[in-house]
Amino acid sequence: MSTQADLSRPAGGGHDADEEAVAIARKRASEGKKAEAKLGMMLCAPAALVMVAVMAYPIAYAFWLSLFRADLRTPDQNEFVGLSNYVTVLSSPIWWTAFGVTAFITVVSVILELVLGMLLAIVMHRTIIGRGLVRTSALVPYAIVTVVAAFSWRFAWSQDLGWLAGSSAPLTDRWSSIAIIILAEVWKTVPFMALLLMAGLALVPEDLHKAAAMDGGSAWQRFWMITVPLVMPSILVAVLFRTLDAFRVFDNIFVLTSGANETSSVSMVAYNNLIRGLNLGIGSTMSVLIFITIAIIAVVFTKLFGAAAPGSDEGGRR
Amino acid sequence: MAEIVLDNVVKRYPDGALAVDNFNLEIADGEFIILVGPSGCGKSTTLNMVAGLEDITQGELRIDGQVVNDKAPKDRDIAMVFQSYALYPHMTVGENMGFPLKLAKVDKSTIQKKVHEAAEMLELTQHLDRKPSNLSGGQRQRVAMGRAIVRQPKAFLMDEPLSNLDAKLRVQMRTQVSRIQKTLGTTTLYVTHDQTEAMTLGDRVVVMRGGIVQQIGSPQHLYDHPANLFVAGFIGSPSMNFVPGRLEGDGIVSALGEARLPDRIRQALERGNGSRDVILGVRPEDFEDARINGDKPGGRFSAPIDVVESMGSDLYAYFTLRGDVASSAELDDLAKDTGNDLHTDGTAMTARLDPTARIRQGDNVELWYNTDKLHIFDAESGRNLVGGDSQSAANAGTGR
Amino acid sequence: MQNETGKSKLMWLVIDLIVLLYAFIPVFWIISLSLKDSATLNDGNYFPRSITFESYQQIFANNDFTRALINSIGICLIATFIALLLGTFAAYAVARLQFPGKKIIVGMSLMVSMFPQIALVTPLFRIETAVGIFDTWLGLIIPYITFAMPLAIYTLSAFFREIPWELEKAAKMDGATPFQAFRQVIAPLAMPGVFTTAILVFISCWNDFLFALSLTSTSAARTVPAAMSYFQGATTFEKPTGPIAAAAVVITIPIVIFVLLFQRRIVAGLTSGAVKG
Repeated sequence: MSTQADLSRPAGGGHDADEEAVAIARKRASEGKKAEAKLGMMLCAPAALVMVAVMAYPIAYAFWLSLFRADLRTPDQNEFVGLSNYVTVLSSPIWWTAFGVTAFITVVSVILELVLGMLLAIVMHRTIIGRGLVRTSALVPYAIVTVVAAFSWRFAWSQDLGWLAGSSAPLTDRWSSIAIIILAEVWKTVPFMALLLMAGLALVPEDLHKAAAMDGGSAWQRFWMITVPLVMPSILVAVLFRTLDAFRVFDNIFVLTSGANETSSVSMVAYNNLIRGLNLGIGSTMSVLIFITIAIIAVVFTKLFGAAAPGSDEGGRR
Repeated sequence: MAEIVLDNVVKRYPDGALAVDNFNLEIADGEFIILVGPSGCGKSTTLNMVAGLEDITQGELRIDGQVVNDKAPKDRDIAMVFQSYALYPHMTVGENMGFPLKLAKVDKSTIQKKVHEAAEMLELTQHLDRKPSNLSGGQRQRVAMGRAIVRQPKAFLMDEPLSNLDAKLRVQMRTQVSRIQKTLGTTTLYVTHDQTEAMTLGDRVVVMRGGIVQQIGSPQHLYDHPANLFVAGFIGSPSMNFVPGRLEGDGIVSALGEARLPDRIRQALERGNGSRDVILGVRPEDFEDARINGDKPGGRFSAPIDVVESMGSDLYAYFTLRGDVASSAELDDLAKDTGNDLHTDGTAMTARLDPTARIRQGDNVELWYNTDKLHIFDAESGRNLVGGDSQSAANAGTGR
Repeated sequence: MQNETGKSKLMWLVIDLIVLLYAFIPVFWIISLSLKDSATLNDGNYFPRSITFESYQQIFANNDFTRALINSIGICLIATFIALLLGTFAAYAVARLQFPGKKIIVGMSLMVSMFPQIALVTPLFRIETAVGIFDTWLGLIIPYITFAMPLAIYTLSAFFREIPWELEKAAKMDGATPFQAFRQVIAPLAMPGVFTTAILVFISCWNDFLFALSLTSTSAARTVPAAMSYFQGATTFEKPTGPIAAAAVVITIPIVIFVLLFQRRIVAGLTSGAVKG
């Protein structure tokens, strides 16, 4: 009963027994795995089904529509036109103007959001008084409906009515309108950006700052050499998502200018063709082009910077 | 309360990895058994198999004579204390402790009574309405114990229950665990990687390595008669010193000089037909300052002392022996476990001396060692050639 | 040293104040507009000289607005509920189980969250007209669920990963059946995450404008943000500034209060889904 230390004994008491045990373990594990896989797929099926039904089918349908002349005002002239809608759109100055405006708004607002968001994140992370208050109030712009905020800015910049406008009418001029659109976009999304970055900041150990300070780093050096590299994954994710989001800009432009003075974004132009103009062929073509552009941005971004999208890896990279 | 029998229990993973091999153990009713070994030795897997949290690949697990291999944990009537305590964060201390009873549909007043009794025993009465997050580590640990105690299960399973406590508290809780177990007399299976806990708590200790049981016996028996190098090195702190040596005639030659072996050991060696290449094992307390021990029979050698630590009651002298280093897979395993895998040239030795020894750092001192207490292991297999279990099986078997 | 901390306190006070101003200026402005009377509406002052609730009376007397408010609340609640239900199943599977389609579901929700909504407007418009759900609650609920799904799955699976699942084992050892372990241990721990996700999903539905604008044609299903852009003044020449401001305040204040109350959780929810991944 007391001695079992005979190490010369072959492990598992013989070769056959080993194989048998492995076989038993394998069988049980594969049964467990099968049950788990089945449960997993069953639980995901409804969500997947909804997403496929509402996304995949319609996008295919949009592509189909984009190959037709489909104008609801002249329903009897609808016919298959191949890629000619794409030719029409891609040679249209309206499309390219809108594309330029959208790109401009996207680039400028994402840069501003990144800078201001980082500042706000540092404030929320480091402030020694009223941290709860600061974090809470920073959530306000996030919580406000975009259209509401857009109206607030529109009224503020309306001639006579607005406290910011006075007797000027900035929303009647192209570049000042675009500036206000950017302002509205930036105001609303800086807090969101800041929250994402703050979560990244929280992952930078305080000791690292202390160590760097002991090693003689100035605050500025510490920010660039310690904080930024460590927060980089958060930054990339935040920038990717905001870029894709900004490229879809619609609500603010709709309320602020309705696209007047050549301030339409691509979404705005597509909307005008689809709903106001009822030209489904051209509208769908634009939809497909926007979809392709977004996909290109996403792919390029992930390839260039290796930005991992949220949830794309399982629990690693914490 | 119950008798638990593990009969040739095997755990294999689907990738073929062997976690536990042919585990045989009969735990008597009320016995306190410790499973000890370095991480990855299969001790936790064994515990989980008894709990029912992992399935048993082969062999039988019997509780009170009944085979329970396929029973769900809830039908085994066994309580478990987890390393992380696994307290339910949304329940108060009282609710945590009463949870098993609530699940068993015990009426409320009985639950309250039992929870209060347990709380009193664990000095938790004034914390009953607090949430676990507001408790200190030691208090949480006691709540986890309380949750196991209230339901009066057939057996307690404890998975390194003290390893998240700081050193001082761990010692305190150790005695408390021991006291509770003695009071309740509940069969207990306790997993730890800490040999001190193993030595102090268990009626019997099971030492495991790589899924294989190395030795089972009372703490003292393991200390005095380790079955092999691994057990010898694992049990005892500071651990046993190992030096390679050769049997020559009536004596043994090693870096500790030449020494005559006592008759008992010689006879034992003759019975075994081991090779002449051996590894010598000397416990730190079997050294002494040669000047103090005068001409007592034993071995003598001199060595330059690197460091001296005076602990008041004892004096620790550290020195390095030049020459070959004892090497074996078992010793490598131990070194890995303690993180002490620095390879220096020479063997680092520890001697626990009488506090009156007048030894200073840097001195070249003559040390004496007790040849009567020498452990001699086969250099090849690591088996104990002298004091192993072949001689003292009867002694160890009584266990309790 | 005393002086030093005093100085830095003052500095932070100023910085904090800037943040507060940043967050609240447009909000107070729209509130202030909603309280101005028609005589001072166009005076360009940030704060109203005199306060009146005329605009509020006006919008609540307006059937289009009250109807839109009911639509908004009803549609967003139903969409949130369904998205959460389906999202919880999927998120549990993603966080806890190993199964073959896992990468697909994660990738799919990622695509949905990047999808340009405008690209769906036409096909949905055509399909919904054909099926007969154009300009109905259902017609909006369906796209809302879809676009809320990635948010729900990410946020919930991040929360689920945080749950100490070892407690499930502990419950088993305490004599619980799998269902009891779920009901009494896991579900109470998951609730805060589910609740937070519900708020985030509701906000995202509440915020929608494009679908509400494109997939409705009457007040039958038009939600408040869309209805606001259709507001008419008493005469064609009068700008409906006051009523729009009042409507804006009505749909903003409840959400803001909600967010302020659950600030901590929302911060956790917004960041966990996106960064921890």
